[in-house]
Amino acid sequence: MTTTTLYTDDHEWLRIEGDVATIGVTDYAQSQLGDVVFVELPKVGRTLKKAEAAAVVESVKAASDVYAPISGEVLEVNSELAGEPALVNSDAAGKAWFFKLKISDRSELGGLMDEAAYQKHIA
Amino acid sequence: MLAAEVSASPHPLKQTPLHALHLSRGGKMVPFAGYDMPVQYGTGVLKEHLHTRASCGLFDVSHMGQIVLRPKSGRVEDAARALEWLVPQDILALPAGRQRYALFTDEAGGILDDLMVANFGDHLFLVVNAACKAEDEAHLKEHLSDVCTVEPLRSRALIALQGPKAESVLRRFDAEIATMKFMDAGPRRLAGLDCFVSRSGYTGEDGFEISVPADAAEGLAKELLADDAVLPIGLGARDSLRLEAGLCLYGHDLDPATTPVEGALEWSVQKSRRKGGARPGGFPGANAILGQFEQGAARRRVGLRPEGRAPVREGAALFADETSSSPIGSVTSGGFGPSLNAPVAMGYVPSSLAAPDTVVFAEVRGQRLALRTAPMPFVPNTYKR
Repeated sequence: MTTTTLYTDDHEWLRIEGDVATIGVTDYAQSQLGDVVFVELPKVGRTLKKAEAAAVVESVKAASDVYAPISGEVLEVNSELAGEPALVNSDAAGKAWFFKLKISDRSELGGLMDEAAYQKHIA
Repeated sequence: MLAAEVSASPHPLKQTPLHALHLSRGGKMVPFAGYDMPVQYGTGVLKEHLHTRASCGLFDVSHMGQIVLRPKSGRVEDAARALEWLVPQDILALPAGRQRYALFTDEAGGILDDLMVANFGDHLFLVVNAACKAEDEAHLKEHLSDVCTVEPLRSRALIALQGPKAESVLRRFDAEIATMKFMDAGPRRLAGLDCFVSRSGYTGEDGFEISVPADAAEGLAKELLADDAVLPIGLGARDSLRLEAGLCLYGHDLDPATTPVEGALEWSVQKSRRKGGARPGGFPGANAILGQFEQGAARRRVGLRPEGRAPVREGAALFADETSSSPIGSVTSGGFGPSLNAPVAMGYVPSSLAAPDTVVFAEVRGQRLALRTAPMPFVPNTYKR
């Protein structure tokens, strides 16, 4: 199964495997957020609409919303982030994934950026 | 996901004498009280906070107002007596070389600003909040001009050096610095410069605040930063440090709608200015404030420890239980305390719920989170008394 990684202009990444998208925030996002001290994740089974507030990342100073980049049902959340929110700073693109969505509308993927476009976006 | 945290300013931002240094040290600059100020450096808020508690942090607080009150008579007690018209603190008994926390109050007993007042022997030296300094200057001039000249010191910077290693760092620039105790203050030669130094600060740590001529500020800051113990610290860690220390941020924890008794600042009003004291009242709002000393106030500022891991931020409504629909108060400062490794907050609750270990609930993103009222400071202070 091929894996594609896509990005939003809100600095989230989506790893697409079949009809499942794993979602996290980019390394650029974590560098802007600063030290992450708390992550609130959506409930498994919740159906998210694209652009709906799905998770919250809190740094020492401020809280930031993470919006659902596409619509879908939450299949799984990364429970490791509750005990170790600093994973977002140390491994944003890997171990610090936030949640997995069952993709409900593949056409929404069309509006997302590939790696090259995202690198341009943050340059 | 990264919303702009600050709104555009209608005026160009002012710069402190250390602005270029902030940029050269990688300061992430944000608008604060009309100034372009570093919220953090490359190290980040968490490490800056912990470094200050473990070693020594250097803070640029040059945006704050420095004001000299010079008595026209030449007698400092005349300036002290005059300032007592505007603050409920005992200024007359403040000895030369000492500093004290004070409050400007209004006729209703509300707090217009909080400030530090030092007796420099033949005049008084005040440090006021950046956001209030124009109003404070006007207020002082309006009420004290017959007795004092009010001299804003616009060509001085203010550098705070805070943390357990602050004294040993400063000793290289002033061999006698260790003779100063907490809240001592006065003019000193430091690194060959005419400085005003106080042993105080806004972190709960031992430390110093150094007023230095603006043209020498960058040089002094660089020399201090050359010490391995010292890191530059931004406004982010300044806020988390003062919150753990239980210290108020004016405009958030204190404002004109809040009296000193509501703000749990009774300790700052000396007995001489209370009923039965040597000079009771005689400051704006004295009736309201001294009445609350006897009858209490309906609400009170308390420390709050969220029971979970989620920070509870400023503005969160507080409730007596998990279901009631009418708020009993709100959080006025809240965030994460790096030294506590836990969320921490302060806010206002009805005085009946102000006793330590009372459980109240904050509404955060539609959920009710439990918080426990707690004594402050949250982190014990380390002042050299």
